[in-house]
Parts: sequence; C-alpha cells; structure tokens
Amino acid sequence: MNYEPVIGLEVHVQLLTQSKLFCGCSTKFGEEPNKNTCPVCLGWPGSLPVLNEEALKLALKVGLALNCEISGRLKFDRKNYFYPDLPKAYQISQYDNPVNGKGWLEIEYKPNKAVILSPDAEASKMENPEAQGDSQKVQDDKKMITKKIGITRAHLEEDAGKLLHEGIAAASLVDYNRAGTPLLEIVSEPDLRSPEEAYAYLTSLKAILQYLEVSDCNMEEGSLRCDANVSIRKAGESKFGTKAEIKNMNSFKAVQKAIQYEIKRQTDLLESHERVIQETRLWNETKGQTFTMRSKEEAHDYRYFPEPDLVPFSISKETVEGIRKDLPELPVQRVDRFIKNYSLSDYDALVLVQDKQLANYFETAVAEKANPKLASNWIQSELLALVNSNKHTVETLPKFFPATYLAELLGLIENQTISGKIAKDVVAISYESGKSPGTVVKEKSLEQVTDTKLLESAADKIIAAHPKSVADFKAGKRQALGFLVGQLMKETQGKANPKLANEILVRKLS
Amino acid sequence: MSFEIEKIAGLARLHLKPEEAAKLKNDLEAILGYVKKLETLDTQNVSPTSHVLEIENVFRPDQVNPSQVRDEVLKHAPGREGNFFKVPKVVDK
Amino acid sequence: MTGSSIKAEKGNTPLHQLTFKEAIDYSKKEGNKTLFDALISRAESLNPRLNAFLRFNKSDSPPHPSPVTGPLAGVPISIKDNICIRGLETTCASKILAGHVPPYDATVIEKLKTAGATLFSQCNMDEFAFGSSNESSAFGPVKNPWDIERVPGGSSGGSAAAVAADMTYAALGSDTGGSIRQPAAFCGIVGLKPTYGRISRYGLIAFGSSFDQIGPLTKTVEDCAILMNILAGHDSRDSTSAPNPVPDYTKALTQQIKGLKIGLPKEYFVEGMDKEVEKSVRDAAEIFKKLGAEIKPVSLPHTEYSVAVYYIVAVAEASSNLGRFDGVEFGFRVPAKDLKEMYFETRSQGFGAEAKRRILLGTFVLSAGYYEAYYLKGQKVRTLIREDFTQAFKEVDLILSPTAPTPPFKIGEKSSDPLAMYLSDIFTIPVNLAGIPAMSLPCGFTKSGLPIGMQLMAKPFDEETIFRAGHAFEQETGYYKQKPKL
Repeated sequence: MNYEPVIGLEVHVQLLTQSKLFCGCSTKFGEEPNKNTCPVCLGWPGSLPVLNEEALKLALKVGLALNCEISGRLKFDRKNYFYPDLPKAYQISQYDNPVNGKGWLEIEYKPNKAVILSPDAEASKMENPEAQGDSQKVQDDKKMITKKIGITRAHLEEDAGKLLHEGIAAASLVDYNRAGTPLLEIVSEPDLRSPEEAYAYLTSLKAILQYLEVSDCNMEEGSLRCDANVSIRKAGESKFGTKAEIKNMNSFKAVQKAIQYEIKRQTDLLESHERVIQETRLWNETKGQTFTMRSKEEAHDYRYFPEPDLVPFSISKETVEGIRKDLPELPVQRVDRFIKNYSLSDYDALVLVQDKQLANYFETAVAEKANPKLASNWIQSELLALVNSNKHTVETLPKFFPATYLAELLGLIENQTISGKIAKDVVAISYESGKSPGTVVKEKSLEQVTDTKLLESAADKIIAAHPKSVADFKAGKRQALGFLVGQLMKETQGKANPKLANEILVRKLS
Repeated sequence: MSFEIEKIAGLARLHLKPEEAAKLKNDLEAILGYVKKLETLDTQNVSPTSHVLEIENVFRPDQVNPSQVRDEVLKHAPGREGNFFKVPKVVDK
Repeated sequence: MTGSSIKAEKGNTPLHQLTFKEAIDYSKKEGNKTLFDALISRAESLNPRLNAFLRFNKSDSPPHPSPVTGPLAGVPISIKDNICIRGLETTCASKILAGHVPPYDATVIEKLKTAGATLFSQCNMDEFAFGSSNESSAFGPVKNPWDIERVPGGSSGGSAAAVAADMTYAALGSDTGGSIRQPAAFCGIVGLKPTYGRISRYGLIAFGSSFDQIGPLTKTVEDCAILMNILAGHDSRDSTSAPNPVPDYTKALTQQIKGLKIGLPKEYFVEGMDKEVEKSVRDAAEIFKKLGAEIKPVSLPHTEYSVAVYYIVAVAEASSNLGRFDGVEFGFRVPAKDLKEMYFETRSQGFGAEAKRRILLGTFVLSAGYYEAYYLKGQKVRTLIREDFTQAFKEVDLILSPTAPTPPFKIGEKSSDPLAMYLSDIFTIPVNLAGIPAMSLPCGFTKSGLPIGMQLMAKPFDEETIFRAGHAFEQETGYYKQKPKL
C-alpha cells in the first residue's frame, strides 16, 4: 500500500525587540534567573499589559514577506490553561483576528535532497556531503522543484517562562526571564508532503526571517521552535488521516528525522490494521524516536476570549504600505538577481542566498573581482568544509578567511600562479594562519611550475625510473600515463602545471 | 440544564467535596436557568461589546525599563530556591 | 466654602467627624498628627464591632503620618484591600492571598502619595469583590454602622462602613457591578463609580476587567470631587485608560442646576421594589424640580437583562483573572506531593464559596460548546444595554434611580440564595455594562432610620454634571450631616 504523508508546521519565532511584548523588561538571553521580570510579566495581581509597538511592526514585516492577508483589524485574546511557566494562567495570544492572515511561501529543493543552509553547521555537513568538491556537478544535473506552501496565519503572542526539572528532587524550578518575550507563531497549511519539503520550508522561512532581521532564529537558544503535525493517508485519498503533533525537536535536521520516524510509525500502524491516535508526541533525539506524552487527564479547553486589558488595533493602509516599502531585498529576489547578474545555477544561487551572511560574503568577493561561478563553487565546497570541520559558523567565516582573500585566491588560480589543487592547501593554511593566500604562496614557494625545461628534465627522470609503465603505455595502456603524470606531480611537490606535465610526457613517449 | 460540575471544576483546578459540589451545582443551575432569558432577545445583527471605550492602538515604545522587583518578589514567594521560584515536581499522570 | 467647614474652623466638631475637605483645611493649619490620633482611637474602639478595616495603623505600632504637603496635606485615607500598596499585605479579603505583599504601588496609590495623603488603613471587602453584602470576606463580615445586624453592602463594604462611622475621612473602593454605589447607599454616604477608563486600573486586582473602576467613597460630594481631581487621568500603564483631559471637578460644585434635564427610567420603578426607597427617590426628583431641573420619563428597555449579562461576562473575565492564584508565585500554597495536587488543594482551600461559584460559572460560559450561547450572547446584549443609555442621554443630562431596590438587609438574609443576592444589584449593574459614570448619594432614611441612596447616572466622561446635581441636592437636603449612633 502506498501512503502519502501530510505535514503542517507550527513555527514560533522570538521577535528581535529590546523589551518584552507587554512590559519594559529586557529580552536579553542568558541573564540570571528571574532578573528580567516585573509585575507585568510575572502576572502579578493588578498589573496590566501594554503592547510593544515594535513587535507589531516586526510581525507585519513577516506578514508582508509571507504574502499574508493583512486586514488591518486585530485584537488579542486570552488562552487559558494552568502551567507553572505561565504566570497569569493565561497566555495573551490572538485567536480570531490575527495580525497576519492567509499567505504563502515558496520552497525550492531537489528531490531527495533538500538544499542545505550552512548556518547550522552540523546539519550542513550531514545533509550535503556531496556539496563539497567536484560532486557539485552531480547535483546540478538534478532538477529543482518549486512549490508554494500555504501559510494559515502568523500571529503575535507572549512566550512562557522556563521550567527546569533536571537534578532537583521532587521539585521544579521556574525562571520567568523569557515570559512575555514577543513570539510570532507562523502556522503552515498541511501542504508539505515529505520530510525534505518540511526541511526546505524551514530553511526558506528562516532565510526570510533573517533577511527581515526580525529574529535570531537560533534554535539552540530557543528563539526559533518548531512543532510538526504529521498524518498519513492512502495515496490518492483527499481526506486527511489522524494526525499526531510532534514536539521537542532542537534542529531542522531533528524536525526532518522526527517526521521521517513518524511517517514510518504511522505507516506500520496502518499496515498492521491499527489506528493512529490523535496525540502529542515528543521527539527523543538520542533514541531517534517519538514517544507519546503521558496522557493528559483532560482534553484541552483553552476558553479563548477577547483580552479585556488590551484595546483593539487598527493598522492603516498607509502604515502597511510604509512597512512594505521599507522591506529589504528578500531571498527570492536575491536568488533571481544572482542568477541574472552572476549566471549562477538555480541551485547555487539558492544555497548562497538562503544564508544571508554567506550571500553577503559571496557578493563581497565578487565586488573584489572574483569570478562569480568560481567564487560560488569555492564557497560551497572548500570554505564551508573548513567552517564545518572547525565547528565554526558562516558568521565568523570573514574573520578567518575574508572575502578579499577569496578574490585574491581565485586571481592566483586564474593567472595560473597556482593550480586548483595547490589552492586547496593554500586556503587551509590561510584559514588557519590568517595570512593572505598571496603571502602563503610566496612563503611556501607554491607557485606553479610552468618552466618547460625544468619539467622536461623531471619527465626524463620519471621515464627512466619507470620502464614498465613506459612499456605499458607504449603497448596501448592509457592508464599508465595517469601513473606517470602522478609521479611527475610528486616529483615537483604538486607544483607542476598538470596540463603541461601531461603534454610533455605524451610528447616524450611517442 | 445539567451542569457538568466535575468537568468544569477540573478545568478550574478546583476539587469539590461532594456536598459542596451538590450545592454549587444547584446554585449554578438556578443561575443558568435565570440567564436563559437572554435567549428571548434577537441579537443576530448586534455586534458584541468587548470594550466600552472607543479607543484603539494603545502602544508603548520598545524601550527597556528594568523593574528590579526580583528580590522583593522572591522574598514573599511560597516556594523558592536561589533566584528561582520552586514548585512541586510537575507530574503528568 | 460650605457651612460645615466654618464649623470645623471654629472647632465645634470632633476631629473624626470632619469631612475630607475640612480635614485638609485643618491639617494645613494644625498639622495631621491630631487627625491621625483621632482616627486611630476611633478605629480602635469601633473596628472590633464593625470589622471595616483588615489592617490599620494602630496606636501600639508607631504611626507614620506623611508630612503635611500637597493638596491632600497628609490627611489619612483608607484603601480597599484589592488595591496594591508596595510592601503592605494586600489580600482581597481572601485566604488565597494571605501573605501576599505587592512589589509595586497601584497608580492611584502613587497619585495619593504624591498628593500628600497618608495611607491609614486597608478596608475589608467581599472576597475578590464578589458580593453585595460583605459576607463573603474570608476575614468576617463587615457590619452596617446604622444597624450592626445589617450588611453594609458590598463589595466595598469596609470602605463604606468606615467612612460612615467616621473611622476615616475618605476611602477608595472599586466598582464592578455596584460595589462602590450600593455600599455607599447602604451606609448613607457618597460613592462614585467613574466612567470606565477615567481612573487607572493599574494595581487594582482585577475582577471583571472590562467593568472594574476605582472610585472614592466620601462623606460629601465635595470630598468626592477633591479626590477625583487627584485620581482621574490617563495612565500609560493601563491600555484601557482614557486620554480625555481631566477637568477641575470642584468647579462643578456651583449649586446651579437650572434647566438640567433629569430622566426617571420607568424600568427602575417596578412592582415589588421597596416602597420607602421608591418614595425617597421620587421625593428627590421633586427636590431637583424645585431646584430648577426638568424631570422627564425615559426608557432603558433592556434593563431586565442586565443581571444575566453581568453574571456571564463579568464572571467569565473573573474566572480567567483568578487563574493566577495557584500557589506558584505568591500568596497561599498548600504543600503537596506534585504540582497537580498543589493546584487543586491550594485553590480549593484558598477560595471561599462565592469565589468558587463565580470561577465555575465563568469557566463554564467560556468552555467549548457554550461560548457562543453564553459569552458571545452576553456581549451582544451588552451592546443593547449600552445603546439604551445612548438613546436616553439624547433626551436627558442625567438619569435618576434608586441605587438599590431595598434598604440594607440583614446579615444572613440572602446569603443562602445567590440569585436573590445577584438581583439586588439590578440598578447598579447596567451602569458598569455601559461604562458610564454614576454616583450614589443619600436621599433619605427609612422610618426605622436606615439610609436610602439614590443614583445619578451621566454620559461617559460627564462626571461634572453628576457633581453639579449631587452637590446641589446635598446642600439642599443636608442628609450627609446625619450620623449613625454608635
């Protein structure tokens, strides 16, 4: 039996405001417990909320970038439930008049291979091993798939505090520093059909949020969180199956793996004629499985009603248009520009653009006269590999290997001062030492040997030393030439111009 | 109407003794019976009132304004450990 | 300005009997120490009988009267126990807030302090302001100073009784469905529920957030105006605070009401209401006529639905507002083996019966499957009730009605029948549903000597007209001069 997965994602992002959504406390991460609190975010009796104007503005930016309907009328509602991290026993959220209504987001990916964004170094490495080196060409052969994913809504709400369970006997500890931080909950339609699409959706969304500069999107610090609703149905059926809500994923990679696991779990259930139960399940990263949250004693009944402590808001068309006008270049526009201006492939443009810093790095190098196609290849292969193997991030790449170095390096290759192979060593040394590629080449005397006389005498030496290979070649074994070229390269410490070395050997042997 | 007192008390995190529950159920059924009189009014074209004031767009600027209430608040907290509030273990049962 | 203030200057009045205005004038000349001492000795002798104060500066704890500065000149004032005062226990007369010490001052407290008032005592009330009789206080009922067998009204019963018994010069209360006006009526004093949004709610422990207003309870209309000058105004910490400019309310005390149009709503004079109450209010209308006002019949056709709307919408808000009393951060907590048990035990032991009743009712009307039939319906009928007032105020400047359908009833008389208790707020609730201002002031006494109050309602933000008419009536009748025999 063939099953089709149906996936919807709920993404919570912390908005980059100085102060909290309804009070003047700082949103700074990593402070002493309960330092950033006041009567309002502690839910102290008698305290009242007042909306942070900037938070609404950031929310609208996202809405515009996600093509959302913006009615201009919005209000807040209370979502009532008891939990120690929720100081008022209700969360101020938005129920029926969200700031941003229906919209959409375009994802682009290669089948069975979502485009990987590099900021998440680990994910990049795991997801895209072939992106390194020449295997890039293999990818280019595959066609990119473009798909529009519906956005149900993107609404503002306040974050909860943090509950610590570990290591404390018979008690839990509560830190309300995070309570009241502005969150935007972005809910997708159940339009995603594979873990790869979910991954592509998250990377696209994250790129947009980073271009807008509305969020850090740091999953480790919790400034971006993602829950997945997963169900499966028989291929061709239009009715949705029973869904499970999956929580507790700490990276995009984990989201992808959790969905993968969940699809398999649900498929196995249906195959053995069992039912999928509607429930919330937690992803366990170590075990690589989802587990049911211990059953709730009651069904959720959040008793939403309009928040009486906040007045309604109306946003004029002029305000919305003003924000629209100030929107920065978004990833989709930048991809188009990269393809058009730099003749990059769709895939290369996407990989670069989906990480804003990487794209900026690329453009800086190009501005320094680097060849765009080469720059793109070198960034995606050698440079990202170095970033990953050093457990660095793209953010710090310019510190270790500035874009001007890349331009310089590519210049050295183009004017044949060094070979591509030597260039790889130069990059590594340069990245490690901070010295410019030109300096490294000079200090280590890595200039390519193009001196024909020198190469000819080296070739004579090799021919004399390997009579068997010479005989093989003359007997028609072409691969013997490869061996001899290799020996010649070795003799010159890899500095021989490979093309020249080849030519000289062939001439001498024929 | 019959008031599902157990369910509602659960939502409200109230544990009622049997005689207390019986009395409250009675009271609430009487009140809800009284409230039924609203059904006689046609409100199809009436918009609901959430706010009596006609004001909107009340904002605060995005400025940090530290309050430094932590020590005062923790001093009177029913449970604390260091700078944390402390509650009995969260057990989902 | 008034006859009585001259008397005070002559020193004929015992100090505790001074009006707020007289006390301010006195304090400016003589200092506030003697005023303070007078109230302490009054409170020490009367509070054991009336139970009006939960806490006050007793003579054995050194009192700290504020210096004689600002417009209020250090005069003592009393605060209902649901208004947060930094560093002082504030309980809403509930066990669940025992030991709760707010880390901040309510905006009104800041304003009073800035104006130079001395915070003298914290007043008993119905638990979380849930009640019309003060019987639901976790710290025992308040007694009516006019007859200690009777209730002082509620929920601001402690504030009203204290002012009526000359235990304080003025008090703050809060009014969600009549909680300032009905106790003012039952205790024979003046109580104003200002327009919703006129006084900041920041620091008022919420009951029904879209109804609640803080307001003064005073001996005279003038005292009320003096306090309104201090309390009213926009507060950036309260999103529902109105930006309208604040007039000088004392300027409205002109005694000139010629040409004022006062409406008598026919729905407020119905079969079954107390005859003495009805007669007093109709007599009051005649007095207004004599003073030059025009009396007109008006109609507020949806009045009979008010109580039903209120007991849906206000309790829904209350059920949510009271969720935070769960033993996690403040107040009372029952030690428990796990979180769930702590929640249930803390709330079950911490809340009194009326609080539980309202929490359950509010939880129910918001719960899945009932929201539209109850909460949404209630909000819609609320619109109809607001429109009633909008229409009526096209024809009149003020609406006059009884404050309560009966004089003060006996303690215990209605406590077993919540619905009967709720219905006793039928005349005050519509005002909160519409958000308009209304004042209760004395309009006579029953044969047995119990005070009767009348209510003056006005358009939103037109407290001035209430002050104008109220003051004229008060000066004409002098009811405020009568004191309970204690």
